[in-house]
Amino acid sequence: MLDNAFLIPFYPLLAFVVIIFFTRWNEKLSSYISIGMILTGFVHSLFVLMQMLARGGEPLEKMVTFISHPAFHLELGMYIDPLTSVMLMVVTIVSSCVQIYSLGYMHGDPRFSRYFSYLSLFTFSMLGLVIANNFFMIFIFWELVGLTSYLLIGFWFEKKSASDAGKKAFITTRIGDLGFIIGILILAFYAGTLNYQQVFEKVATGALSPAVLTAAGIFIFCGAVGKSAQFPLHVWLPDAMEGPTPVSALIHAATMVAAGVYLVARAMSLFVGSAEASMVVAVIGLITSLMAASIALTQNDIKRVLAYSTVSQLGYMIMALGLYGVDSAHGHHSPGFVAGTFHLMTHAFFKALLFLGAGSVIHAVHTNDIQEMGGLSKKMKRTSITFFIACLSIAGIFPLSGFWSKDEIIATTQGHPVFMFFALLIAFMTAFYMFRLSFLTFTGKPRNEEKYHHAHESPDSMTWPLMILAFLTVVSGWVGLPWLSHGFSSFVYHEAAHHAEPSYVLMIVSTIVALSGIGVAYLFYYKKRFSADAIAERFKPLYTLLYHKYYFDEIYDAIIIRPLLKLTDALWWFDANVVDGLVNFSGWLTVKWSDLKQWFDEHIVDGAVNGAGYVCMAGSWLFKYIQSGSVQFYTLTVIAAAIGIVIYRVTPEGFYYYLAGLIVMLVSRILARIVKTGRVKAEANIEG
Amino acid sequence: METSVSQLIFYLLSFIIIISAIYVVTLRNIFHSALFLILTLFSVAGIYILLNAEFLAAVQVLIYVGAISVLIIFAIMLTSQLASKKINQSNEQVMIGVFVCAGFLLASLGSLANTVWRIVDKPMPENNTMTLGKLLMNDYVLPFEVVSLVLLAALIGAVVLARKESA
Amino acid sequence: MLQYLALAAILFAIGVFGVLTRRNAVGILMSLELMFNAANINLVTFNRYIGPENLTGQIFATFVIVIAAAEAVVGLAIVLLLYRNWRGIDVDNINLMKW
Repeated sequence: MLDNAFLIPFYPLLAFVVIIFFTRWNEKLSSYISIGMILTGFVHSLFVLMQMLARGGEPLEKMVTFISHPAFHLELGMYIDPLTSVMLMVVTIVSSCVQIYSLGYMHGDPRFSRYFSYLSLFTFSMLGLVIANNFFMIFIFWELVGLTSYLLIGFWFEKKSASDAGKKAFITTRIGDLGFIIGILILAFYAGTLNYQQVFEKVATGALSPAVLTAAGIFIFCGAVGKSAQFPLHVWLPDAMEGPTPVSALIHAATMVAAGVYLVARAMSLFVGSAEASMVVAVIGLITSLMAASIALTQNDIKRVLAYSTVSQLGYMIMALGLYGVDSAHGHHSPGFVAGTFHLMTHAFFKALLFLGAGSVIHAVHTNDIQEMGGLSKKMKRTSITFFIACLSIAGIFPLSGFWSKDEIIATTQGHPVFMFFALLIAFMTAFYMFRLSFLTFTGKPRNEEKYHHAHESPDSMTWPLMILAFLTVVSGWVGLPWLSHGFSSFVYHEAAHHAEPSYVLMIVSTIVALSGIGVAYLFYYKKRFSADAIAERFKPLYTLLYHKYYFDEIYDAIIIRPLLKLTDALWWFDANVVDGLVNFSGWLTVKWSDLKQWFDEHIVDGAVNGAGYVCMAGSWLFKYIQSGSVQFYTLTVIAAAIGIVIYRVTPEGFYYYLAGLIVMLVSRILARIVKTGRVKAEANIEG
Repeated sequence: METSVSQLIFYLLSFIIIISAIYVVTLRNIFHSALFLILTLFSVAGIYILLNAEFLAAVQVLIYVGAISVLIIFAIMLTSQLASKKINQSNEQVMIGVFVCAGFLLASLGSLANTVWRIVDKPMPENNTMTLGKLLMNDYVLPFEVVSLVLLAALIGAVVLARKESA
Repeated sequence: MLQYLALAAILFAIGVFGVLTRRNAVGILMSLELMFNAANINLVTFNRYIGPENLTGQIFATFVIVIAAAEAVVGLAIVLLLYRNWRGIDVDNINLMKW
């Protein structure tokens, strides 16, 4: 099973092809094929994981080489190591849950089959990305993921905001991809190969200079910035909520945005070689996390809150990985790698759960605005319970999974006081806004009676995935318990297995922070002891700034979009007037040229032809008089010529005199005739 | 070699020939031309006698003078416009004709003078007529017969051409 | 010998001149007769001075005379026809083949 792990991406690809070409018209069949294929992928991934565990984490690499030149090496292949197998599990589980959930959520949509085909295509891209063994291949799948996310975000493209969001997502990630490809090119140029293992070997042997490593690292990180919605390319993620909620769950909670984190984890050897690049990574992660968490405090759209929460959590992971790189570069031991990847796994589960739960709520009340919700826990038991479990997890409450992974991350920030302070602050904010969200949505009095009246629990196809994910949220953290000697940290690691000492101090501190966050939210929104609106009024400028997402979109619009559009206008003007003017001018020129040629043809060519005719006629008019009809004249001609020949043979000199004499006679006769008759006409005397 | 008498007769005869010939081609009155033609032909017969061709001289007189010239005079009489004596009998090609003929003369006389003739000074056969007769009947009998056919053809042709239209 | 040949040449030239110049058809025929006679003189001269043993030249001259006679007959017949059709024998008028 492990040997043909490369088949895993092909299951959903097969589903995509079959749905697109054959079963598009049969909605039920399409969805079953899609779900069937992804479940097959899940089973295969499970086997892969088990075999990988049996091998003790020994990586397997298989490849097909395309170009093998000393200066350049290109191949397609798979590289399965513990990180890969974990990612395979995460992707297939979340994808299966989302697809089952979509059966209920997308019921009745006119493009049902196409939706499932896109989901399959996306899953194929993500799985391919995860098992790639070289930067070139990962880039191919990177782009594919971007494409499919565009297709899925803009799925309801009749709505302008949805199609705009799709475009925004694609373009913004593309900007990051530009940096990514520069990084790949730097690696290709300096290392001569793009294969992970070969590049890392070169890094280990010091064949690449630190400057190259830093540059490559930063540029490759650009790709992660784009895909994982880090500052400053985070602007697409909130808008991407225009897509269907299962899409948001799959792409923007669990998988696609995790691709950036996965890339940084994969390329960690590069970052380990360059402390500067790693610091850049960590700082960007921190800024992103802080910024997103602060924005999430004020948002009223349920999906927006979750979106910013995702951005913030991703920043958390990136920060952990960056700090690992910094510490390793200086030779210290750091739990960052384990923390980042562990949190990636747990976050995938509880964020997906949060999104699907939110989707369930939206499906029930047909609105995203939490100001219109309230008291839904009475009506939607399963949804509210699973949602609460997820909120507890993300806040980091013992013994749920989020607690363990968050603890690891906070443990990573030891030794970096600034980072630790902000990490704790972010944890506080996370707890606060998540519970704000859940209290406002599920508890209290319903703010919109109409909607509340129509609300009902979602069908089983939607609630079963919720329950599966809730179960995973609870148990998945237990593989990373610090007391385990063969846990997550012995399985997924970088260079050296990390055996963490459980730091009880840390656990208590983080629990206090989380509980205080929940408590504050409780006071504000459950007990209504304090009024959130009053606080908002007191800090009006800050509140406005946060509510408007730090005006990022407006800034980008003014600095980048508007000038580009102006440039577009200018270029359009150029094309319409100058280029088309040139084309029209050349057309006009051609017409004039053809006029000239027509004139030429008419007058000169035809003139020449007619002229030839005239010349013939003139010639005949000149020469016709030779045929005078008079036999004596003919006889004269013959005899004169014969005598001329004879004279020539006798005396060549005399011949010329003879000839001269003949010509003189002829001319004088013609002249005499002219004088006689006044016209040049050799007419015999007809009247005679 | 000729004696001076033969020379004298030759010059006299040639003088007559040339003058008569010139008159033949230039006179306006066609009848006078014909008469001068007769004179010319007679003189040519004399030249033949000088050249020891007596039979030929006789034939010349008989046929040319006796038959052909008479025929020509007949034709003139039948087709004459004697009233129009003043019409110029020479057309407009005169000058060129003179020039060309002069050229011809110069060419031929020049070539005559420059040629090396192989003159054989043997006597001619005595009986001119008998020899001619023998030759005609032995060596040249075919042309003899053919020429009689030619005469026949000419005779018939002339009759056919000149008869009146049977209207 | 040369004088005979010269005489013949002159006679011939005069005959050519007559053929080219005479307007009357019969006149042309008469000039033609002059040319025949010039040729005859030449033949007889050659016979007398260059090949006297056989009389080839005289035979030739005889035949020339006979042929000349035949030709004169036919020619004059044609002239008569001309006279009948054109009311005159001015050869300048016989130019139907003119351009």
